[in-house]
Amino acid sequence: MNSVVCIAQVPDTETRIKIGGDGRRIDEAGVKYIVSPYDEYALEEAIRLKEKEGGDVTVLGFGPDRVQQALRESLARGATKAVHVKGESGDADSLGIAKVLAAALRTIPHDLVFFGKQGVGTDNSLVGPMVAELLGYPQINVVTHMETAAGKVTAHREIEGAEEVIEATTPAVITAQKGLNEPRYASLKGIMAAKKVTIDTKSIADLGLADSDVVNQRVTVVSLELPPEKSGGRKIDGGDPAAAAKEIVRYMKEEAKAL
Amino acid sequence: MPSFPGVDYMDIDSLFSEDELMVRQTVRDFVDDEIIPIIEEANREEKFPMHLIPKIAEMGLFGATIKEYDLPGLNNVAYGLIMQELERGDSGLRSFASVQSGLVMYPIYTYGSKEQRDYWIPKLAAGEKIGCFGLTEPDFGSNPGGMRTYARKDGDSWVLNGAKAWITNGSIADVAVVWAKHDGVIRGFLVEKDTPGFSTAYHMGKFSLRASVTSQLFFEDCRIPGENLLPETNGIKYPLGCLSQARYGIAWGALGAAMSVYETARTYAKSRIQFGGQPIASHQLVQNKLAWMITEITKGQLLAVQMGRLKDQGKLKPHHISMGKMNNVNIALECARSARDILGANGISDEYPIIRHMLNLESVKTYEGTHDIHNLIIGEAVTGIPAYNPPMSAKDEREATARREMEAAK
Repeated sequence: MNSVVCIAQVPDTETRIKIGGDGRRIDEAGVKYIVSPYDEYALEEAIRLKEKEGGDVTVLGFGPDRVQQALRESLARGATKAVHVKGESGDADSLGIAKVLAAALRTIPHDLVFFGKQGVGTDNSLVGPMVAELLGYPQINVVTHMETAAGKVTAHREIEGAEEVIEATTPAVITAQKGLNEPRYASLKGIMAAKKVTIDTKSIADLGLADSDVVNQRVTVVSLELPPEKSGGRKIDGGDPAAAAKEIVRYMKEEAKAL
Repeated sequence: MPSFPGVDYMDIDSLFSEDELMVRQTVRDFVDDEIIPIIEEANREEKFPMHLIPKIAEMGLFGATIKEYDLPGLNNVAYGLIMQELERGDSGLRSFASVQSGLVMYPIYTYGSKEQRDYWIPKLAAGEKIGCFGLTEPDFGSNPGGMRTYARKDGDSWVLNGAKAWITNGSIADVAVVWAKHDGVIRGFLVEKDTPGFSTAYHMGKFSLRASVTSQLFFEDCRIPGENLLPETNGIKYPLGCLSQARYGIAWGALGAAMSVYETARTYAKSRIQFGGQPIASHQLVQNKLAWMITEITKGQLLAVQMGRLKDQGKLKPHHISMGKMNNVNIALECARSARDILGANGISDEYPIIRHMLNLESVKTYEGTHDIHNLIIGEAVTGIPAYNPPMSAKDEREATARREMEAAK
């Protein structure tokens, strides 16, 4: 069983985001990058499969040089190979990224392709499903439990008020939801072993793609804005509880439109 | 719970390699996720968090510098960074790891027979077995050479008699590395839990290292197999060699505690409003304390890195380690006291980590060579004159010589 785990490198979820000078991207200065948390569940599941059934776990990432750090961390956790498609992913939309990953996946032997259910920060939940479509694979998204058997995968996914169980033939795309497993910490031995792995680095040109295939395919970010600053709260005099409750309900209905 | 941002005033991180930083980050995440949320409770209840041992073992933190037995084979700087992060969590937790790695695995690996190594190293690394180190005695702390635990050979066995005190992990250990005198020579022995004649008791009423087990060990005609002797051990320099390992780790660990209290105090000072709506961080006296703390931490980091690099080159001397341990623990304790002061009344509450670190560091200042003894080691290194024993009067000297001669004649 060979798996490829597609890794998105995203700003640490505790980063205080600043908007960059162009008003369309975040200011990367001083930002600490991490592996997108949902991708950690994807990676853990692939590593467990490898431990059970053997085979390779290849981590695949698209983006600038800093993506190598995310790939190294994934190797330290137990991935066996890494592929880095070097390029400026900042201006690529979801389809552009999906095209790059699909092209790279055609060069890596695999039975399953894992993603996190979404990349934390942009939260489009698009790249995994798009890659499945581009490769003509079945896809099971937002997976909380999965099993494999010869040539097929059975996965449980959360739907409104119920759990859906889907069986698909492999190769297939799985996108991981929190709860699929508990990701392990990198082991020190893994960190030392990761040092010795050569990351297979290629350009999008090596995959037969041009920048025009990747950048602003369908979607262009026009502007990026921070949420408005929180304004001070409002105090309601609690001297007469009945009147106060009335005022709270009126406020929530008429002004805050929360009810 | 926000993750720890690290303390790096002068781009100290540029002195570390990518894998050293990755090791630190891994342990940092572990401490943030698994230790910080439970440590105050463990400290309050005086309970060592046993449930963490398998996780720590799985990460490969025990015996991390050993290459054989499928262990990580980290360099000493990476090992130091592990100690730093663990002690940022709690000195007791770092003590557990120091003892397991530096005081139990190290002597078995370095002074043990092949059979001893093959049996114990994998089990200790996996956390399946816990070890402790028995050198200090109720009456012999700074002067371990005076110990009164004795070993005698009886047929194929060794028989131990005596007592050890202040032994980290003592009551939870599966194996004790015990130092005892045989024919006046200090030798190391492995004593397994439940050996007849071997018992332990908790030190009660500790106000420090409460999340760590500290015990007394008793040996009453405790008979162990002949092969439980650590064959290479033959004098006081062998236990001291173990202590060098542990002291090196403490020099790093203390920085972790210092970083924790510094960061807590800095954050607190920026949000605590007094006098006219300004945070206390705007007060010059508070800034003075913070400036002192970050300066000392930065100096301590440089000392630790240089020790680590020298250790990797095989050039680190015990008197270098003495400087690192003495200085870094001392500044960490002073940082904790200053931080406590900045937090005012909140500084004594275990809602913040400061009072716990401060009380822990009182132990760390004393154990593994007291602050004063390390000063004497440095003093001897720079003057060539050992000053451990106060000078004797001529009369005392004559009496001591006569006593030694009588003992020798017996």
